Amino acid sequence: MIQVSGAVKAYGDVRVVDGVDLALAPGGITSIIGPNGAGKSTLLSCVARLLDLDGGTVTVDGLDVHRTASDVLARRLSMLRQDNHLTARLTVRDLVAFGRYPWSKGRPTPDDDRLVAEALAFLELEPFAGRYLDELSGGQRQRAFVAMVLCQGTDYVLLDEPLNNLDLRHAVAMMRLLRRAADELGRTVVVVLHDVNVAAAYSDHVVAMRDGVVVHQGAPSTLMRTEVLAEIYDLELAVHHLDGRPVAVPAL
Amino acid sequence: MPAPAAGASASTAPADRRPARVLAVLGLVAALCVVGFLTVDARGAWDFVLPFRGVKVVALLLVAYAIAVSTVLFQTVTENRILTPSIMGFDALYVALQTGLVFAVGSARLAAVDPHLRFAVEVLLMVGLAGLLFRWLFTGARRSLHLLLLAGIVIGVLLRSVSSFLQRLIDPNEFAVLQDALFASFNAVDTELLGLAALLVAGASVVAWRERRAYDVLLLGHPTATVLGVDHARTVTRVLVVVAVLVSVSTALVGPVTFFGLLVAHLAYQLVGSHQHRHVLPAAALLAAITLIGGQAVLEHVLGLDTALSVVVELLGGLVLLTLLLREGRR
Ligand SMILES: Nc1ncnc2c1ncn2[C@@H]1O[C@H](COP(=O)(O)OP(=O)(O)O)[C@@H](O)[C@H]1O
Ligand SMILES: [Mg+2]
Repeated sequence: MIQVSGAVKAYGDVRVVDGVDLALAPGGITSIIGPNGAGKSTLLSCVARLLDLDGGTVTVDGLDVHRTASDVLARRLSMLRQDNHLTARLTVRDLVAFGRYPWSKGRPTPDDDRLVAEALAFLELEPFAGRYLDELSGGQRQRAFVAMVLCQGTDYVLLDEPLNNLDLRHAVAMMRLLRRAADELGRTVVVVLHDVNVAAAYSDHVVAMRDGVVVHQGAPSTLMRTEVLAEIYDLELAVHHLDGRPVAVPAL
Repeated sequence: MPAPAAGASASTAPADRRPARVLAVLGLVAALCVVGFLTVDARGAWDFVLPFRGVKVVALLLVAYAIAVSTVLFQTVTENRILTPSIMGFDALYVALQTGLVFAVGSARLAAVDPHLRFAVEVLLMVGLAGLLFRWLFTGARRSLHLLLLAGIVIGVLLRSVSSFLQRLIDPNEFAVLQDALFASFNAVDTELLGLAALLVAGASVVAWRERRAYDVLLLGHPTATVLGVDHARTVTRVLVVVAVLVSVSTALVGPVTFFGLLVAHLAYQLVGSHQHRHVLPAAALLAAITLIGGQAVLEHVLGLDTALSVVVELLGGLVLLTLLLREGRR
């Protein structure tokens, strides 16, 4: 259970997360959507203890993330950040293997090696495993980082725009992979998405943010309504049903 | 799926063996340099030459090791490959400390103090001050590389002018005491403090070596390292202490050296073909030893030149810095 209570994060006078209360039950996929600058990345970073809060608390399975030892949390919660920059030159395999650090502390066992190989296979990275990250396309690199995060083997997985840079095929593969992680492995997946249609199609629960506050949450069917979407995005969107699935389309 | 796994491990095997091979070759060359330094052009009785040169070799090894290791660790925790402790003014701080002590206490009274005690006090002050000064620069909000570089230059200039201002106030006789500390010379090594220096370096090394795997994780950057459970602030603080100790040792022994660390760290990154500190740290230390001891052997014993090595080394290191800055600027 991820419990966010009265979370506030301010830069100067601007509260970019302005009193967020959220309770995310274990299991399933929760999508966070909202316009640019709504505070989605900031909220996720606060949950993952990458940013300190200016007010409120975040707990994961009852552990206050800002007070619990970092290495304890690293076995429960992992996160993919929106942009990842490296100073060192690493191969894809090296990077993914770092995902096992919370468990192996840098001394990988055969089990760790097996999990790394599985993660590489899951994300179709085997052909590139020995390549340096700076020799990959943006989408391939993105998949390598996701492989590292999944390799960490935590119950809670936070992903900030994991579909960045991915082509359509890999985007669909990524969402199916997250679905499998939730359904088959029982992981709790929280994912920031910028496409409402993707969010509606693949998630169990949707949280919509705007200006640092949660403006809507519930099942995808409650989100996909013209008036709800208008409130979130300030945009007129028509919702059609195709093969029984809601699809939001902007007017031309 | 056994097929791809087998193929993958076969393709990584040579890469896995490369660091070990590089280290073996570097170790061999370093050993040759030491032997060369001890024996080339030795005139006079061996039982005089060997101990005399032996002490010098030990001192140069300590300096090489301290500069190389402090530079690599500093670059790891600050997530860059351009800034080094000396570029950020660590050794200027140490010189300012020494000058300040002479100014405050007076060289006559200072000379009465056991040099070991004085060195120990200087190192302690250095650890405290460097800790304070660089902690706020490198923990907390992430600053741009260029801002940090600028801050380093400003700090360095500021400390150097404080030192030279104090030196002007000190009377000329007292100034002579400082002379050694102020100019880099691999030729005139201060060997009196060797034992204590070795002890400090050993202590710092134990701390650093035990954390080597966490340093590998720091290469992924502050946020990702945190996600993987490394306590970033604590690790960075410890590394800054280790760096402060190592810089104090090298500055006390040979004086301030600006670009040497950058030179050997970059050679190590290029040569070793591994990101792991268990490979990079020894490689950088061996490269530093080869450069210092080999270079000094050639200059001193073959060419008969005096202080030229620091000039050559600084020139090469300065060129590395320029190249890196230009490359960074083009990106
Ligand atoms: N380090 C920072 N300093 C000042 N403002 C910031 C900082 N990081 C983010 N912001 C601001 O906070 C707001 C929310 O950012 P973010 O959480 O990244 O939004 P989202 O991920 O929803 O697009 C934005 O207006 C952004 O400009
Ligand atoms: Mg964002």
